[in-house]
Amino acid sequence: MEFEAVIGLEVHAQLLTDSKAFCSCTTKFGSEPNSNTCPICQGMPGSLPVLNRKALEYTVLMSLACNCRINEISRFARKNYYYPDLPKNYQISQYELPVAEHGWIEIDTSSGPRRIGITRIHMEEDAGKLIHDERKPFSYVDLNRTGVPLIEIVSEPEIRTPEEAASYLRAVHSILVYLGICDGNMEEGSFRCDANVSIRPNGQRELGTKTELKNMNSFKNVQKGLHYEIERHGEVLGAGGKIVQETRLFDPSTGATVSMRSKEQAHDYRYFPDPDLLPLRVEPELIEKMRGSLPELPREKKERFVRDFGIPEYDAGVLTSERSLAQYFEDTVAIFPNPKSVSNWMMTEFMRALKGQDAGVVSAPVDPENLGQLLKMIEDGIISGKIGKTVFEEMWSSGRGADQIVKEKGLVQVSDVSELTDIIRTILDENPNQVARYLGGKNQLLAFFVGQTMKATRGKANPQLVNEILLVELEKFRN
Amino acid sequence: MKITLEQVDYVAVLGRLDLSHDEKIKYMGQLDDILKYMDALSAVPTEDVEPMAGPVELFTPLREDIVKPSLSLERALTNAPSSDGSSFLVPKIIE
Amino acid sequence: MSDLYEKTATELASLLRAKKTSSVEITESVLSRIEALEPKIHSYVNIYPDLALSMAKEADQRILDGRARPLTGIPIAIKDNMCLQNEKTTCGSRILANFRPPYDATVVRLIREEGMVILGSANMDEFAMGSSTETSYWGPTRNPWDAERIPGGSSGGSAAAVACGQATVSIGSDTGGSIRLPASFCGVTGMKPTYGAVSRFGLVAYASSLDQIGPFARDISDVSLLLNLLCRHDPLDSTSVPIEHPDFTKFLDKPVSGMTLGVPVEFFSKLENEDVESSLSDARKVFEKLGVKFVELSLPSLDYGIAAYYIIAPCEASSNLARYDGVKYGHRARDFDGMIEMYCKTRAEGFGAEVKRRIMLGTYSLSSGYYDAYYLKAAKIRTLITKDFKQSFESCDAIFCPVAPAPAFKIGEKVDDPIQMYLTDVFTIPVNMAGLPGISCPAGFSSDGLPIGLQLIAPHFGESKLVQLVAAFQKETDYHLRRPAL
Repeated sequence: MEFEAVIGLEVHAQLLTDSKAFCSCTTKFGSEPNSNTCPICQGMPGSLPVLNRKALEYTVLMSLACNCRINEISRFARKNYYYPDLPKNYQISQYELPVAEHGWIEIDTSSGPRRIGITRIHMEEDAGKLIHDERKPFSYVDLNRTGVPLIEIVSEPEIRTPEEAASYLRAVHSILVYLGICDGNMEEGSFRCDANVSIRPNGQRELGTKTELKNMNSFKNVQKGLHYEIERHGEVLGAGGKIVQETRLFDPSTGATVSMRSKEQAHDYRYFPDPDLLPLRVEPELIEKMRGSLPELPREKKERFVRDFGIPEYDAGVLTSERSLAQYFEDTVAIFPNPKSVSNWMMTEFMRALKGQDAGVVSAPVDPENLGQLLKMIEDGIISGKIGKTVFEEMWSSGRGADQIVKEKGLVQVSDVSELTDIIRTILDENPNQVARYLGGKNQLLAFFVGQTMKATRGKANPQLVNEILLVELEKFRN
Repeated sequence: MKITLEQVDYVAVLGRLDLSHDEKIKYMGQLDDILKYMDALSAVPTEDVEPMAGPVELFTPLREDIVKPSLSLERALTNAPSSDGSSFLVPKIIE
Repeated sequence: MSDLYEKTATELASLLRAKKTSSVEITESVLSRIEALEPKIHSYVNIYPDLALSMAKEADQRILDGRARPLTGIPIAIKDNMCLQNEKTTCGSRILANFRPPYDATVVRLIREEGMVILGSANMDEFAMGSSTETSYWGPTRNPWDAERIPGGSSGGSAAAVACGQATVSIGSDTGGSIRLPASFCGVTGMKPTYGAVSRFGLVAYASSLDQIGPFARDISDVSLLLNLLCRHDPLDSTSVPIEHPDFTKFLDKPVSGMTLGVPVEFFSKLENEDVESSLSDARKVFEKLGVKFVELSLPSLDYGIAAYYIIAPCEASSNLARYDGVKYGHRARDFDGMIEMYCKTRAEGFGAEVKRRIMLGTYSLSSGYYDAYYLKAAKIRTLITKDFKQSFESCDAIFCPVAPAPAFKIGEKVDDPIQMYLTDVFTIPVNMAGLPGISCPAGFSSDGLPIGLQLIAPHFGESKLVQLVAAFQKETDYHLRRPAL
């Protein structure tokens, strides 16, 4: 029997507010444990929550970007469970009435673009952190992260393959980062993902028993974890077994998922409306204000790049994967209006250099103006394309401009016909055998002569001119 | 009976209360009495009635996103039953 | 001249203004009264003589500097569930026995800013769960009128202290009657303001949608002064209502002729106690003499108040009290094996029987499969109760009814019968369910000399009407002037 997988994803994204969701402590990452806490986020007796306006604005922004219907009135609810990283032993979340519902985003799949439904987007508060030390008989509780605003983005169970899941996550990730409301850092946990997965025979409408996967902290691990789990479901069902509805942890070291039996026995969260907060009203004016501040989103931008700049879809996809990268591209094109050439350079040299170091696009040592200048020098024949690559590397490591490097290192292209003719004649005279074989029909030997010329000029010869002169000079030997 | 000993057990675990057998028996009886008293409510027709979570008929206020000083570490931990001067300490948790 | 501890805040304030006494003298008088009566009454969990005297000195300086406010220099007792920075705030519980909050509750901040003198933390039922102040971890408070009896609860310490001169005024909190009931049982005036009128920030929560802080005093004039101080919007409490409150002292001398009081038939049909009945009917005559009209009302949904309350309050409490787990503050069990056992033993040791009972009840009512039948049903009944009240106020200015079915009962009488204990609050609970203001005013004495209170209930933010009505009543009667013989 053929099975298909049914996957739903829950993304938790930390919002980039300055202060926490319900108190005024900083959201700064990396401080000394418990130095960013107050009676409210510590859940001290008598403390009360007041909602951060910016957290709401960001939630509305994401909801609009995901084509959701925004509920004019939503409600905060308490999710009750005991865990030492949750000081009140309940999490302020939303349950019956989230901020937004019924949205969708478009993703790329192997069979073309597809819409994935967004069930809901709701606000909640993050928990703290537990730190374990194998040598100690206790665990450490750090409440700095407690109360940092989160949004949970829940997809419809419409994803069919681990690859689609990764594509969906990349899309959600890039929207969040584009909007500037989440830093998207998966390692530090500002973007986290849980997956619900089940399988069913092809053609069956009814859903199979699902399991929930946690602890997949990279796009790759999400893919790996889902592959493993889908295969496991297939094996269990294939052998006539039953899937147990449970939460499973992905183990990055083995690529396997393991049951979390040790955790709380039952999930009975006892949700009820949080009496410390009144119903949340999203005013139409706020929605309009946020709509007005929506930037061009990655997919729109990609389409525009293909349409207006005539660059390949793949390149457009890469260049629009980050807002700053796309901005860099557009800034460079403004200076050097040859989008294809800019795109080629960015897709190769630029991306390679960017990967080689941690610097983000914004702090790249070669700015759009410098890159544009370099490309212009190549186009004008001042330097060769090959020299251009060397110059680029130099620009990246030194942070200096193209013209400066070219001048200092004497890299200006040799385009003087008589100078090149002299060099070429010498080379032809020194290689009578090769000349004879060329004239005998071995046309490929032209490349050999080009290479020799380049060697003699240390790469500075104008390759087009070299070609032209070589053809003329070689013909002269026929006589 | 409206409530069983198993339910009392389950609720005690959910509410994180270590109850002796005698306490459980006592609470089972008392909760049963109380829940029977609550039965009166089922007679009230409430089909079209909106539930009320609280008496204030306004919407939740919003706070500006401004950082204010947190507690000093010393004050943050001053009531901790067990700490190492920067973290709260709890029995080891095996995940 | 009578002792300073016997005087009202209004009287003391005018003595202070006239420089006929000092806050230090007043405070010393009250502190010595506390010392004398504490072994018998036990109104306090913690007494802070040093803090009080230093605050009194500061108050005297303020008065000297001409920076006095209406209640500057007046000693006040604060219920043990309001955070008092760096001082023990225990909520009458072992689990918070050593808790010292790093912050002040908003009401405490207001009291400090006013220049009042904080005497100590007043005894209460553990986590405000009770009608008798017997469930305090620190032992019961006794009724100053009869030490064999309970003072009412849960703010029993606050009420008893004011009744016997251990404090000039006090504040308590009222979730289902916890101000009005002890006020009635101790013969003082106590008001639960409209939900949202007084900030709950720093009030250790029992049931967040029902809790409200309010004043106790020996007469309505003092109550109005405290209302002026306490009723104000607080941006730290999302349920605090941003409205302008009037100067309540302006309603002390307003005539009540032409006002209408509603009499809920459901309440009076339940009355079995003759003393309560005759006190109420005497009170009615007083009001009628003052030109107040009476109309009969029917509020059928009020019959379900107790059942709905004992679902909603425990549900909220089970969640509010989850934070007491031995991790961040409070008691932690000594012996345990692992995290879950640490939680369970800490909480089993830290909480008393009534608190555990309500945690169990609330946890059960919210648990999977029971939410609709209990919490949701109760929340709908709450809507019906509120509607009944709103409709009643179309035909009256305020509702006139008893505070409790009978005067103070004996210590131990109802401890093991939760339902009987819960029924004590039958007339007070619906007021919290609807978030209305309610006041308890001394209106008579039983044949064995126990105070009996009368309750008036006004529409939302109608505190001024309650002040006006009670002020008129107290001008005609002397129940509020009688003091227990101690």
